[in-house]
Amino acid sequence: MQRVLVVAQNTFRETVRDKILYNLVFFALLLIGASVLLGTLTIGEQSRIINDVGLAAINLVGVIMAIFVGIGLVSKEIERRTIYTILARPITRTQFVLGKYCGLVFICGLNIAIMFAMFLSTIWLSGNSIFGSLFQAVELMWVEVLLVTALAMFFSTFSSPTLSAIMTLGFYVIGHLTGDLMAIAEKSKNPATESIMTALYYVCPNLEWLNVKGQAAMGVPVSGDYQIAATTYGLLYAGLLLLGACRIFERRDF
Amino acid sequence: MDAIVIDHLTKTHRPTWPWQQPATVLRDVSMSVGQGEIFGFLGPNGAGKTTTMKIVLGLMRPTSGSVQLLGRPIHDVEIHKTIGYLPESPYFYDYLTAEEFLGFYGRLGGVSNTDLHQRISALLERVGLTEARCRPLRKFSKGMLQRIGLAQALIHDPELVILDEPMSGLDPVGRKDVRDIILSLRDQGKTVFFSTHIISDVEMICDRVGILAKGRMLAVGRIEDLVSRHVTQSVEVVCEGVEANSIPLIKDAAIRVLQRGSRCWMSLPGQQRLEDVLAAIRQAGGRLVSVIPHKGTLEELFLEQTNQGV
Repeated sequence: MQRVLVVAQNTFRETVRDKILYNLVFFALLLIGASVLLGTLTIGEQSRIINDVGLAAINLVGVIMAIFVGIGLVSKEIERRTIYTILARPITRTQFVLGKYCGLVFICGLNIAIMFAMFLSTIWLSGNSIFGSLFQAVELMWVEVLLVTALAMFFSTFSSPTLSAIMTLGFYVIGHLTGDLMAIAEKSKNPATESIMTALYYVCPNLEWLNVKGQAAMGVPVSGDYQIAATTYGLLYAGLLLLGACRIFERRDF
Repeated sequence: MDAIVIDHLTKTHRPTWPWQQPATVLRDVSMSVGQGEIFGFLGPNGAGKTTTMKIVLGLMRPTSGSVQLLGRPIHDVEIHKTIGYLPESPYFYDYLTAEEFLGFYGRLGGVSNTDLHQRISALLERVGLTEARCRPLRKFSKGMLQRIGLAQALIHDPELVILDEPMSGLDPVGRKDVRDIILSLRDQGKTVFFSTHIISDVEMICDRVGILAKGRMLAVGRIEDLVSRHVTQSVEVVCEGVEANSIPLIKDAAIRVLQRGSRCWMSLPGQQRLEDVLAAIRQAGGRLVSVIPHKGTLEELFLEQTNQGV
């Protein structure tokens, strides 16, 4: 555990010193700009607009960070050959992968927490009420980021950074369209299309389960059971991906 | 117990695509490195030195054969507590300062926080980087990176130090410093296994050497033994007042003869026919100027072995 933490701490430091958290400035400008502009253009809907923009921005920035930092973390170590000196230490490859993951998850969590705090401040300063459902939505976004980070790490253990980025983005997009995949499968008269769509439905994570932004922005909460079930689903999926990443990484030659 | 035992190691890279051929980079390599010795691993570029080291460190899996480090199999990661490693042309985390960098590797190696500060100070002084303690690695020169790399290999006080081309890219002063560090490690009872293609470095500090070419181990042993066993010990004879080419015995015995006026220089392949040649010179009325036995060098051995290997 100690070794996982040492790698995680270094990953956190690396990401901070790579100035990744500068995205927060972009987020703040986007949030404040959109709130002021859209707030003046819409009458009576200001609260919903701020909530919509805020949640969407947190989600977008969080996922982009998870994908692009996630795919670079392991592949950069291999490309720059820093992995040689790490694995020459008493650390297993699984501990290394978990350490990298934990470090990134921590920085993504911190990023989301800061963005959420800025978002809540904006709501408060604009004189609107803060809904409990916003906390639910952000918690599920955090789970989504955990899952997407695991996806990025999984692909980066066996493919190039570009291919990893394409595959992770592809899974992310399909993950939000899984309901449509099933609908296409049901309506399709071609057995091949039906099989492919059904396979994609079962293989790709159903990220829509983790998306409650729409109703949260209007202050409509989801049930506790749904929250727990969706969180468990996301964490289990991320766990399976990490298990796969560790297995692949264990077998690699450097 | 030997520090490293490599037993019939073979590594074949599987092709990525079916139409590609598999590439065998190591073929039945066997050798051992005794505890407390400095072992030089010599070979031309592409010989398989780095691959051997990667297998020894568990970074790569052998196709066949086995490796033991300090009596334990390489898949046991706990053995890495006793190993320090410096890769070839290392690239390190350039966002870390020298102190943070050594702290990171020290903690990974299991050094306690109380010992770490003291170890970092001592090592930075030893590699001459005390002044750069708080400087980020991105501001280091190549020589400084090599030194800090050496320091990270030693931060956890390992018993066995594996260095891949530790002198490459260093100026003469830097190379001497690295040689001195390697020698001081032996004085502390550590084992040093390092690869290089700079023969003079090996000749100066190694107890034993291994020569690898095209993935095959061509020779392993003490430098003196290998040189005397493999390289021809020639004798250089210089005399005056004779026309060497007119003496059949000299023409027959010498490998090369150079005549400059009355002075003659000849090279004999060994000492077997030296007495006959000297007698022939005296008989022809010549005067002996010098007889110099020429000792074979590691470079000659290296070239001879690698040419045969290729």
